[in-house]
Amino acid sequence: MKELSLNILDIAENSVKAGASLTEIILNEESDTLTMTVRDNGSGMSEETLRSVTDPFYTTRTTRKVGLGIPLLKLACEQTGGTLTITSRLMTASLPGETTVTAIFNTAHIDATPLGDVISTVVTLIQGHPNRDFYFLHKKGSHTVELDTRALREVLEDVPLSTPDVLVWVRENLEEQYKEFII
Amino acid sequence: MKSLAELKAIKDRMKDKVILREGSGDVRVVVGMATCGIAAGARPVLNAFVEGVTAAKLTDKVTVSQTGCIGLCQLEPIVEVHEAGKEKVTYVKMTPEKVETVIEKHLKNGKVVTEFTVADV
Repeated sequence: MKELSLNILDIAENSVKAGASLTEIILNEESDTLTMTVRDNGSGMSEETLRSVTDPFYTTRTTRKVGLGIPLLKLACEQTGGTLTITSRLMTASLPGETTVTAIFNTAHIDATPLGDVISTVVTLIQGHPNRDFYFLHKKGSHTVELDTRALREVLEDVPLSTPDVLVWVRENLEEQYKEFII
Repeated sequence: MKSLAELKAIKDRMKDKVILREGSGDVRVVVGMATCGIAAGARPVLNAFVEGVTAAKLTDKVTVSQTGCIGLCQLEPIVEVHEAGKEKVTYVKMTPEKVETVIEKHLKNGKVVTEFTVADV
């Protein structure tokens, strides 16, 4: 993966496949530390599955979401001296599941992968899954970039989020928020 | 600032269109977006389709969607074009530049771009 934003897209696509109605993507930058969190309310994983997701050679037909995605992300953060943590709770009859992937990077490290085009990642997720909700937050010092599809849905009512004009709006909205953000 | 008021304006503009469009969409463009596709560059390919189809005013006829692993990871990014009554066309090793050609020749004019299809690569 050439960009961390592609890892984010990959992990979030798995959240959607796990049936998540809401996937949260949170990026927090503090000096040289980037913390990336992807949290979803999908089916969750058992302890046994959780133990094996970082193993690239663990893959069975019944758990298609397991493969190279998580090992590649683990590599990307560990090569900067960072860490990858995954916690998960399986869904029950009364409660949805919850999975949180937290990756910590040292962005000053020579092997740090650039964050890349996160705007395209958010737009791609909304385009492909207009009936799911996504919450995106990027914090850097006092600056924040934020987008919540639940708020957009309220305005749009039954017009789908994947409508081309809406996707253009999302992209431009994020671009404008980022203008003040990157110093 | 791209405000919610502007989003509301889009909604008001689209509302009638959406009802008209239901049931149409004869052509379906499907982009593989599993780890293999994403790592090979499927995201810019998908965005090129979304933007290109909109720019070519083909949105009434063509829908662009995503799928998981198509099973030929070494040939990603893979794009399938499904059209009612026709055989599925599978384009492999796609790039945003190739997307322009596919939109122009295949989606607009109905000519399959055989040099990008799976049989010829």
